[in-house]
Amino acid sequence: MEHFFKPTPIQKKFFTPIIMIVSVIALNGLIFLLGRFLFGIGAITNLNDQFPWGIWIGIDVAAGVALAAGGFTTAALGHIMHRDKYEVIIRPALLTAMLGYTFVAMSVMIDLGRYHFIWHPLIMWNGTSVLFEVGICVMIYLTVLYIEFLPIVTERFIGRVNLPGFLKKFNNTVDKLLRFLDKGLEKTMFIFIISGVVLSCLHQSSLGTLMVIAGPKMHPLWQTPILPLLFLISAICVGFPMVIFESIISSKSFGLKPETDVLSGLGRMVGPLLLIYLAAKLIDIVVRQTYVYLMEVNTESIMFTIELLLGVVIPLRMFFSRKISSTPAGLFIASGLVIFGVLLNRINNFIVAYTPPYAEASYFPSIGEISVTLGFIALEILLFRAFVMIFPIISVPQKVAPKTKYAIRGLFK
Amino acid sequence: MKQSRRNFLKTSAVLGASVVGLSSAKPTKAAPQNILSDERMGVLVDTTACIGCRKCEWACKKAHDMPAGNIESYDDRTVFEKRRRPDAKALTVVNEYQNPNGKFPLNVKVQCMHCDHPACVSACIVGAFSKQANGSVIWDTDKCIGCRYCMVACPFQVPAFEFEKAWSPDIKKCDFCFDRTKTGLLPACVEICPMEVLTYGKRDELIRAAKEKIRLYPERYVNHIFGEYEVGGTSWMYLSSMDFTKVDFPKLSQNPAPGVTEAIQHGIFAYFIPPIAIYALLGGVMWLNKNRKHESHGEEE
Ligand code: SF4
Ligand code: SF4
Ligand code: SF4
Repeated sequence: MEHFFKPTPIQKKFFTPIIMIVSVIALNGLIFLLGRFLFGIGAITNLNDQFPWGIWIGIDVAAGVALAAGGFTTAALGHIMHRDKYEVIIRPALLTAMLGYTFVAMSVMIDLGRYHFIWHPLIMWNGTSVLFEVGICVMIYLTVLYIEFLPIVTERFIGRVNLPGFLKKFNNTVDKLLRFLDKGLEKTMFIFIISGVVLSCLHQSSLGTLMVIAGPKMHPLWQTPILPLLFLISAICVGFPMVIFESIISSKSFGLKPETDVLSGLGRMVGPLLLIYLAAKLIDIVVRQTYVYLMEVNTESIMFTIELLLGVVIPLRMFFSRKISSTPAGLFIASGLVIFGVLLNRINNFIVAYTPPYAEASYFPSIGEISVTLGFIALEILLFRAFVMIFPIISVPQKVAPKTKYAIRGLFK
Repeated sequence: MKQSRRNFLKTSAVLGASVVGLSSAKPTKAAPQNILSDERMGVLVDTTACIGCRKCEWACKKAHDMPAGNIESYDDRTVFEKRRRPDAKALTVVNEYQNPNGKFPLNVKVQCMHCDHPACVSACIVGAFSKQANGSVIWDTDKCIGCRYCMVACPFQVPAFEFEKAWSPDIKKCDFCFDRTKTGLLPACVEICPMEVLTYGKRDELIRAAKEKIRLYPERYVNHIFGEYEVGGTSWMYLSSMDFTKVDFPKLSQNPAPGVTEAIQHGIFAYFIPPIAIYALLGGVMWLNKNRKHESHGEEE
C-alpha cells in the first residue's frame, strides 16, 4: 500500500502569529464574560424585556448546534453506512462536534439568568416545552459525544501512561483501567453512535420548533409550522461542508496536503441535499403565499434573499459542477457559502424575524455580546488545535504499515 | 472480536430504547398545573371609565412589597407622554391615548392577561408557570432557571426580567394577586380603583355583563370584548371606545398561542414511536452494512 493514513497527534509549534491573535480575541471575550457574572446580563448585553434573546442564543446556541452537525452526519456515513473511505474525516468531525456542543452548553449557561439552576430540567419536566426537549436532548447528546471520543483517549494513553511524581505507582492501574474501558466501549459503541444520530435528528429539528410559539411576533417569511423540517434538512446540509471547510483549513495550517478525493466525495453529496432544502423552502413560501413579503424592500426581505441566494442557490450550483467541486479552492468556497447560509438562517430565525409588539428600537448586539461570541469561537479554535496536537485525530500518511493492535483501529470496525 | 447477531440486536434494543427513551420522555405527571376551571375568575376593564389616576399602579407595588413611593407622586400626568410597559419594577402601568371621537382621552391599564391557554405555561422549560383553578397564571421562583423563553412565547410580551441583577434575577409579572385572592381579598388594583373601572368576577359572568354594557351603550363602546376569544380567551378582558389596535393591543387570532407548537411536539414524540423507529431503522442499516463488510472481507480477527 502506497498510501497508508493513520490518525496521529500533530507535532508543530502551538503558537503562530495567527494563533496569537486568536488568543487575544479569546481573552477579550473572557473579560466581558467576567463582567456578565459580576454585573448581570443587562450590564453587558443589549437585551431587554422586548428582546429577551440575542446572539448568545441565535448564534452561539442555535447556529452552534447546526454547525456541529458534521458530527452526526459523518457518524451516519462512516459508521452506519460503513463507507470506509470516509473514516479519515470521522475523528476531526467528532472533535468539532464535541467541542461545538461543549460551547453550546456553556453559551446556554452564561445566558441563563439563574445559571446555578441549570440542572433543574433534569428533575423538573415540562413535556409541552420545546425548550425542555431541546435541553434534555443536547445534554444526553453531549454525553454521548464524550463517550464516542473516549476510545481516542484510550488509544492515546494505553501503554503510555506516565504520571508525574509520586503518582507513578498508579501507572499500572490507570493503564489497566484504560484497557478495560477500551474493551467495554468497543462492544457497545454502536449503541452510542446510533443514539447520537437519533438524538441529533430530534434536537436539530426541535430547535426549529422553538420559535413557532412566538407566533405573530415572528416575521411570516420565516414563521412556518414546517420550521422543524427546515432546520433538520439545513443541519444535514451543513454537516459535510463544515467538515470540508475545517479539513482544508487544518491541512493548510499544519502543512498537510488536503485529501481532495475524500472531500470532493463528500461534496458530491451536498448538492442533492441543498436541492431538497431549496425545494422545501420554496414550496413553503409558495404554499403560505409569503413571497408577497419579498416584493417590499426592508431588512427582512433583504436578509431572506441573501440567505437563500448566497447560502443555498450559489453553493448548490457550485457543488453540482464537477470542475468546481474537485478542486480544494472550489470546495472551500462552496462549503464556506453553505456555512454562511445556515449561520445567517439561524440569525434570521432567532433575531431578524423576531419583531416584538412593543419594541422601541430594534435589537443590535452590544460590544460585550459580540466579544463573548467571538471569544468562544476563538477558544474553540485554540482547543481544537490543542486536541489535535495531543490526540490522534488527523490522519497523516505513514511510511510503514504499523503492526500494533491499537495503531490502526478507527472508532471501531 | 465479533459480535453475534443476537447479541447485537438484544443490546441495541434494550440500551437504545433506554437512551432514546430518556431523551424523549413526555412526562404527563411532571407537567405543570394547567387547569381550565369553569369557575375561573377574571377582571373586566372598562377603559372608558378610567381617569388615569394610577392608584392601581401604587396599590399593586404595595401589595407586592415593591418600592412604591408616595401615592401623591402618582398624580404626575407627564408619564403619559411616553407609552410605558409593565417591567420588573412595575407589574401594571396605565397608558393614555387621545381619542379622536370623544372629549376624553382613553386610559388603558396593562398587565398580564392570564390567558386561558397560556403560552408561558406551555413554553417554560421547567414548568415554573402554572394556571391555577381561579384563573391566575403564576410563576414559581424555586423552579425558574432564567432562560427567558416565556418572554419569547408570550403573545402580549408581558413577562419582564430583572436584567440588572447579577445573581438570581426574577421573572416579574402580574400574579392576579394570587396571595390575596387566596385569603378572600380582592386584587389590590381592583380594590383601590375609585372609578370602578375594574370588575372582579367569574369570567363567564363578566362576559355577560360586558355584552350587556355594549348593548345598552352602543355609542360608548366598540362592539368587541378584547380577551373573549383572543388566543383562545383570557381571564382579563377589556372594553374600549376605540378599535383595540389603536390603543396598542396586538392583533391576535382566536387560536390558543401554544396550539401549533404542541401539535408538532406531540407529532414528533407520539408515544416515543418516531424516535424509536428511527433508532431501529438506523440499527438495521448499520447491522446490514456491517455484515456485508464482514462477508466481503472475510473474518478479520
Ligand atoms: S399574557 Fe403572557 S404571561 Fe400572561 S398568561 Fe398570557 S402568555 Fe402568560
Ligand atoms: S425564564 Fe423562568 S419562567 Fe421563564 S421560561 Fe425560563 S425558566 Fe420558565
Ligand atoms: S391583579 Fe394584583 S398583581 Fe395584577 S396588576 Fe392588579 S394588583 Fe398588580
